[in-house]
Amino acid sequence: MSTVALYNDQGGAEAAVEGLETSSSTSGAAFGLFSADFKKNEDLKEMLESNKDSLKLEAMKRVVGLIAKGKNASELFPAVVKNVASKNIELKKLVYVYLVRYAEEQQDLALLSISTFQRALKEPNQFIRASALRVLSSIRVSIIVPIMMLAIKEAAADLSPYVRKTSAHAIQKLYSLDPNQKEQLIEVIEKLLKDKSTLVAGSVVVAFEEVCPDRIDLIHKNYRKLCNLLVDVEEWGQVVIISMLTRYARTQFTSPWTEGAMFDENSEKAFYENTKSLLQSRNTAVVMSVAQLYWHLAPQHEVNIVTKSLVRLLRSHREVQYIVLQNIATMSIQRKGMFEPHMKSFYVRSTDATHIKTLKLEILTNLANEANISTILREFQTYVKSQDKAFAAATIQAIGRCATNISEVTDTCLNGLVLLLSNRDETVVAESVVVIKKLLQTQPTQHSEIIKHMAKLFDNITVSMARASILWLMGEYCDRVPKIAPDVLRKMAKTFTAEEDIVKLQTVNLAAKLYLTNSKQTKLLTQYILNLGKYDQSYDIRDRTRFIRQLIVPNEKNGALNKYARRILLAPKPAPVLESAFKDRDRFQLGTLSHSINSKAAGYQELSDWPAVAPDQSVRNVEVIEPVQEWAPLVGKTKKPKSTEKFYSDNEEEKEEEGSESSEGSSSSSSEESDSESEEQSSEESDKTSSDSGKSSSGSEKSSSESESEQKKKKKTKKAPKKNGKTAAAFSDSDENGNGPAARDGSTSADSSSGSETDSEDEDSDSDAPPTQQQKKSDVKSKPKVKGKSEKEVSLLDLDDFSPAPTNAPKSSVVSSSLLSDLEGLSLSNTSSTMQVTTPSFGPVKTYELLHHMTGKGLSAKYHFPRQPCLYQPSMVAVQVTLTNSSDHSLEEIHIGDRSPASLNIHCFNTIERLEPEASVTVSMGIDFSDSTQAANFQLCTKEDQFSVSIQPAVGELLMPSTLTEQDFSTEQGKLLGMNETSATVTMATASASSQAVTTQVLSVANVGVVSSGQSSLHRFAGRTVSSGALVLVSLEPKESSAALLTINTDKSVMASMLLRDLKQALALA
Amino acid sequence: MIHSLFLINHSGDIFLEKHWKSVISRSVCDYFFEAKEKAVDPEDVAPVLQTPHHYLITIYRGKLFFLSVVQTEVPPLFVIEFLHRVADTFQDYFGECSESVIKDNVVTVYELLEEMLDNGVPLATESNVLKEMIRPPTILRSVVNTLTGGSNVGNTLPTGQLSNVPWRRAGVKYANNEAYFDVIEEIDAIVDKSGTTVFAEIQGVIEACVWLTGMPDLTLSFMNPRLLDDVSFHPCVRFQRWESERALSFIPPDGNFTLMNYHVSSQNLVAIPVYVKQSISFFESGPCGRLDITIGPKQTMGKMVEALMVKIHMPKAVLSVNLTATQGSHTYDLPTKVLVWDIGRLNPQKLPNLKGSLSLQAGAPKPEDSPSLNIDLKMQQVAISGLKVNRLDMFGEKYKMFKGVKYVTKAGKFQVRT
Repeated sequence: MSTVALYNDQGGAEAAVEGLETSSSTSGAAFGLFSADFKKNEDLKEMLESNKDSLKLEAMKRVVGLIAKGKNASELFPAVVKNVASKNIELKKLVYVYLVRYAEEQQDLALLSISTFQRALKEPNQFIRASALRVLSSIRVSIIVPIMMLAIKEAAADLSPYVRKTSAHAIQKLYSLDPNQKEQLIEVIEKLLKDKSTLVAGSVVVAFEEVCPDRIDLIHKNYRKLCNLLVDVEEWGQVVIISMLTRYARTQFTSPWTEGAMFDENSEKAFYENTKSLLQSRNTAVVMSVAQLYWHLAPQHEVNIVTKSLVRLLRSHREVQYIVLQNIATMSIQRKGMFEPHMKSFYVRSTDATHIKTLKLEILTNLANEANISTILREFQTYVKSQDKAFAAATIQAIGRCATNISEVTDTCLNGLVLLLSNRDETVVAESVVVIKKLLQTQPTQHSEIIKHMAKLFDNITVSMARASILWLMGEYCDRVPKIAPDVLRKMAKTFTAEEDIVKLQTVNLAAKLYLTNSKQTKLLTQYILNLGKYDQSYDIRDRTRFIRQLIVPNEKNGALNKYARRILLAPKPAPVLESAFKDRDRFQLGTLSHSINSKAAGYQELSDWPAVAPDQSVRNVEVIEPVQEWAPLVGKTKKPKSTEKFYSDNEEEKEEEGSESSEGSSSSSSEESDSESEEQSSEESDKTSSDSGKSSSGSEKSSSESESEQKKKKKTKKAPKKNGKTAAAFSDSDENGNGPAARDGSTSADSSSGSETDSEDEDSDSDAPPTQQQKKSDVKSKPKVKGKSEKEVSLLDLDDFSPAPTNAPKSSVVSSSLLSDLEGLSLSNTSSTMQVTTPSFGPVKTYELLHHMTGKGLSAKYHFPRQPCLYQPSMVAVQVTLTNSSDHSLEEIHIGDRSPASLNIHCFNTIERLEPEASVTVSMGIDFSDSTQAANFQLCTKEDQFSVSIQPAVGELLMPSTLTEQDFSTEQGKLLGMNETSATVTMATASASSQAVTTQVLSVANVGVVSSGQSSLHRFAGRTVSSGALVLVSLEPKESSAALLTINTDKSVMASMLLRDLKQALALA
Repeated sequence: MIHSLFLINHSGDIFLEKHWKSVISRSVCDYFFEAKEKAVDPEDVAPVLQTPHHYLITIYRGKLFFLSVVQTEVPPLFVIEFLHRVADTFQDYFGECSESVIKDNVVTVYELLEEMLDNGVPLATESNVLKEMIRPPTILRSVVNTLTGGSNVGNTLPTGQLSNVPWRRAGVKYANNEAYFDVIEEIDAIVDKSGTTVFAEIQGVIEACVWLTGMPDLTLSFMNPRLLDDVSFHPCVRFQRWESERALSFIPPDGNFTLMNYHVSSQNLVAIPVYVKQSISFFESGPCGRLDITIGPKQTMGKMVEALMVKIHMPKAVLSVNLTATQGSHTYDLPTKVLVWDIGRLNPQKLPNLKGSLSLQAGAPKPEDSPSLNIDLKMQQVAISGLKVNRLDMFGEKYKMFKGVKYVTKAGKFQVRT
């Protein structure tokens, strides 16, 4: 080994590797040349081989010192590697440092240490395992790739999240060592992506980005989990995850920027909410990554929230400023409004670095508009006087840009620039000339004065670019300064030989142009100049001269071209466009290295354009963790008016919201309606969650598991009302069963079979069928399935849901999510035939006042009936209450107090801890009106006050739409005759009211379903009372002129008369 | 991500290198040296440089360049932020971040760098976590270590990395439990020639020094949180509590840390503590000029203005100054052309004045530009925005703690144009 010593410090890597071959064979006595370095290292070697730890440590410290200085210490490898198993932790760590640094050069010797690490990988202490893996994977020796692979796989399944994190890091190392392992590594990444520890999330996404950034499909199932974990991930991981998710979102969602765009509330809203708080991070990289996320993904009106945070970053270090300013420069081109209020933050200080100054100038120029231009120009005046001449020149260009962009100030700018022509500083003058030239080109008509002025200054200007610009101006507008131009040419003829190339070229140009316009005066001068040019040293000038001569001086050979000389030389030229250097920077994702250097960096992943049609959203559905509600309870969330197309997603969103709102509460509400099955499940779930995550605090864990179980229950109960419709639909599909609908109703309202049906649906969704298919499927087979599955053990079915999941990840959430999606499928399939007509009932939502803000001391409340099956109990009517705080202080503990009549069954919303001023929150509650229009009275309480309020339902709101075929409708109607029939003649506003208008009016009054009818004139509607499920049938038969016969068949005669009255009023408007 | 790190001193010597992946030759730094050559000031070197095979991302801190080499796309701020965190850590460990101190502690530095990055990905950057693994050197410990051969590497394992509060080490014990908070506000302002304020804003920071036993859960509330317009927090602060109650609720790291940074809403008028009457002029005839500066108190909220200092970057043509100050001392540094007038405490009865002549390089044209004045000052016991801490409560621990809040106002980037 000591042969290595032959090579001294400067030897470098190759020498060391060469040395290695001999070193492994020869060991023992040293020989060779004794250089000073060699002696020193010899001394180190002795120390390393001594028995004392302190000596070894001292030696290692010196060795590390050598490494740090970049000196070669590779010949000590054998001596060092012996200490790899040392008991002294610091010594061991230093040996690791050495090993990682030189292993690549000393591969054979490095192998000696491997067994130590392999042993350490089995240690009970997680930190020892992790550090062993860290070092092992850092040893860049390709022979141990299989060992590494094995170690990584094992570590990825380790119980300790810290070790799993280390394995994620090791993946990248192995990949860079041997890219052939990609496939196997992707498998490990896939596994680690499922990990729920916040420790792992960041690291595995880094590995994902490095190894397989194009495998977007791996993210689907983890998307929501990553969104939810994001806040708790360490800051460096946050940056990587956000950046990856931005890319992901651009491939998976449709653009929120187009008119009437649909917002996938589930996926995106929560994501934005989660990321918003990260704008307050102390880590500038995190703030920037959130900013770029909003820039690239958020709807236009939301982007502005990042402004303040970005401006805040300008207080940070110079380098941070540089990057942030670059990004702001790009943003401010497209959206001035974002940064205009903060314009003054971009004012330049004389102490700023030049590149910071230039960027600020760029931004100020971008922000300039008619309103602020005078302020900006005043500011620019200060900058022009700056000591930093490069900056002063940049300011002049900026003034030029302002002048072209804002026509109001063009003249002012031009005059200002002309004044600068008499500045003492050459660069300032030169820059002014160049900018004036560009400006004059845009509107040359009125400015012969300026051209004359410049001609006067010409003698004093020495900067060649400026001289050339003036000459060009003279030539271009020689007709406007007919007397001066030839004179300038005369002067140039005198100094021609002493000028710079660029000036000479322009002189030739000027001569040519003058020759064409004013050949009388300038013919001789031109010839003189062309002769000078002919013998110039520069071939460019000789070339140009020859060309010009041929062009303008007629002779027999070039007659054809000569005719066009005037047109060629004096063609009107388009004005140059003065635009920002950041104009097209936004082709790069903001915040990236590529954006910063304005060219594609290695490994840059393009942001794709938004897809025209959103890819299947259900791919993300599998794993939903109910977001741990860490932020304020849904402040300011208001419902958007629903449009018909949005039926599906909005519906889903609403339920999700309701679910999450109520899940914030205690478990008490759930216990009252809990059945044994769900209890069993919830305990199972919470067990799993708590055993798994060592990270999330126990409090939040509990609440999340509670919410999961609770939500689940809600789904179960929600099933029931849905089932009403469902069975009806099933019945109509398969008529041969012949069962009376009444009997069916009885069986569905009992809860017994509903659970099993839900479960059967679960399985459906687990198979990856897209929702549309699924709907059809369930439509077709729902009936037999109910029967078949109902015999099965319910809990067993639930376990089926757990089984495909890996054991280390609790899958509790899976059930709830798939349940959810199932319910969607279900509800859609019921209504699919009538969907077209029933949907308008979701359109006009009447809002009623519950509490005026005057009486409520600032608290105002409004309510409306969302006309959806109530989540809490099937017999309840869902009511959504929007609470708004219009006082100037925040209100606390908003909840429902005493109610009357006392028997009134209300499902209250959970106490709202705090409502900020101007904020509003929408909560849902359920009220069992027992099919009467008696008002529900209760008290709305805040911490200090109590307000008595009442909700009086319109009779139409006590119904649920029911789907019947025309035939069934007639059958049912036949059973409800006599006492059960109420009818009246109504007069409609217009004789020929369209059926659409009639439908709309009826649906606005009553929550009933349209029965498709063969006769276009006859309108039929069917519904059931919410509480008792009694059928309510409405039919409208037009009579002569504008009259029509309105008939209501139901056994609830009181309701019938009230409904009749309401409908009569409404139809009078149709 | 981060491939290698080179530390380069002011004169361009690489005195430390560390590689997290395969070794990159230090010749890569030549591109940087080229750019540094071109720049007038070291601050003018662009933080991001592109070379044929690598990208160089550099920060300049304490006269040192931290040059990192990256090979693939990575957010530049990610690297910049990390490098600053490295510099902060050095500062935290060794009291300063300078070449000599890094050279003296090269082993600790190397150990730190090893823990902070794994394969170029940040691993442990929390000061509390690092200190558990690598103890900061103290004089006593280094003496003991040399005698006994002990080490700086902690024997405990970095359990902090696993806890839900990774920023706090476990098992902290103090005989005296103390928590101090410094509310430091800086006024950034640009005042124009005529004395009108072109731009002014207040940036604040709350620096904390907490020595408390166990796992205290602190809540700090303000009298007037509405003043705060934009904030950023140490990760320990519970954002949701801030959103709902405008109070800072947190389990503090042990020792010194920055609790929050804030920006005072621009609606509030910023009190400018001093006014400056100045005239700097250069004569058309003859190579000389005149300077006359007087500073007086403006809106000082009844507090004393201390540590008053004026810095002027003179035009290049100014060769020497001949000035007399009624208070304090002044120096003119010829190579950098910076005139510094250190006034000290501002006496409202007798306003400090600096007056005299400037001599210019013979033959040089009269400078076009007039230099701007950078003002530095300090006011104790007042936060200029009026922000006040209301109370500090502790939960989770039983003992009594000693608490203190201190307010300081300083001039940030306070510039008077002439």
